[in-house]
Amino acid sequence: MFTASDLRKGLKIQIDGEPYIVTEFDFSKPGKGQALYRTKMRNMITGVQFTQTYRSNDKFDRPNLEERNMQFLYAQDEEYHFMDTVSFEQIFLTKEQLGDNLSFLIDNMEVQVLFFGDRPIDITLPTFVNLEVTVADPWAKGDTSGSDTKPVTVQTGFQLQVPPFVEQGDRIQIDTRTGAYITRVKE
Amino acid sequence: MLTPQGLQQRSNLLQAIRSFFLQRAYIEVDTPLRLPVLIPEANLIPFASEECFLQTSPELCMKRLLARGCTQIFQICHCFRKEEHGRLHQSEFTMLEWYHKGWNYFDLMEECEQLVAFLTSRAADVATAMEGEHLCWRESRVSMALPWDRLTVAAAFERYAGVDVHETLEQGTFDEVLVTAVEPHLGKDRPVFLHDYPVVLGSLARRSPTNPGVAERFELYVAGVELANGFSELVDPEEQRQRFNQEVDVIRAQGRDAAMPEKFLADLPLLGETAGIALGVDRLCMLLLRRDTLTPAIIFEEL
Repeated sequence: MFTASDLRKGLKIQIDGEPYIVTEFDFSKPGKGQALYRTKMRNMITGVQFTQTYRSNDKFDRPNLEERNMQFLYAQDEEYHFMDTVSFEQIFLTKEQLGDNLSFLIDNMEVQVLFFGDRPIDITLPTFVNLEVTVADPWAKGDTSGSDTKPVTVQTGFQLQVPPFVEQGDRIQIDTRTGAYITRVKE
Repeated sequence: MLTPQGLQQRSNLLQAIRSFFLQRAYIEVDTPLRLPVLIPEANLIPFASEECFLQTSPELCMKRLLARGCTQIFQICHCFRKEEHGRLHQSEFTMLEWYHKGWNYFDLMEECEQLVAFLTSRAADVATAMEGEHLCWRESRVSMALPWDRLTVAAAFERYAGVDVHETLEQGTFDEVLVTAVEPHLGKDRPVFLHDYPVVLGSLARRSPTNPGVAERFELYVAGVELANGFSELVDPEEQRQRFNQEVDVIRAQGRDAAMPEKFLADLPLLGETAGIALGVDRLCMLLLRRDTLTPAIIFEEL
């Protein structure tokens, strides 16, 4: 059990049987008045946000959340299948659940899958992934037009800005938190 | 944590506060932090310390000193309130509290103004947030020129929230309306004393003789920050006991317990007309030194 005084940004609590993560939090207490815990939360399954003010005597269940190492196997009919690297158990998440993660997800990638009870609800990608550039304008050596970057497309279909020397067929490292180019990699 | 330069500024502030009161013939006192019985306040949770509690404010001991014949006393001390952590709260914090016999709450508002004006006049070493007569903090530019505004709680609720303060009390939404709709507007252009609180929210304050529904209590707001709380002291031991009983009922309903401070009640008739006020030193330091949040204004933010 959590009480209102445990509330802070990032805390995960259970309300009406569903897991929520606290995204914003403010403690206030007017002189001689009651403590107010103003809280903004996101439903970890539906993504729906809501705000609520709690008082000292409010209590919350601790959601049963667990992260497991899993490998991405394949996608079929908008279902993305993953396998537990220890137990070989297979599960899937929907395209909607994966959202922006799809910009960086490729076959055989190892990710953290978040379970609420038995139910997979989210994944965490590695912070850095290496992807192949599939579309890029050629670099005209000695180009002095002054352009510092150019757009390319990687194998997942994700587009980003990279330095002009990156060419089609190169592999590049990308920060999955920001979608930014880090470096060209040699493999 | 404060840097050596920040510590110097905080030291300047504390010395300036002391010199203000000493010039006005106040006595500085330092009363015990650990007490066997506290003033029962429903919304303050004390820390236990062996057979005692850590003080949530120095009010009980200071009023007992007044009962022993002191007429003007001040104290700068640490207070402890469990479960208070936030943008403007720390569970251990520094309080300035002072009492003046023969005064009422309006007299004290005036002295509070003069104290803060004295501190802000020392822009070079105490109040580095001052630009001319303006205190600049976050997005606020507050004119500190005297006198400051006075606004009743009822008028503030009407003006900023469009609601009747009595209705919010009946619906149990007073605190929420105050925090979300009223406080953000208070002291934005110039500091304001919010005064005349409903009696249930001033358990230690005297009932107004002209308006018995309100207690003679005030709070000072600067740039939306609640800085000080004062009142004309309630010195009738029977009425004080009734008010304490109401607080104890609420405390017991919360699953806690509280004893009646009998020695305090016995001393109360010896006070006569008195006014007292508590001011948050860490918050003052935050404003005068132009720190965005409370934590850089206190000496240690974590141990």
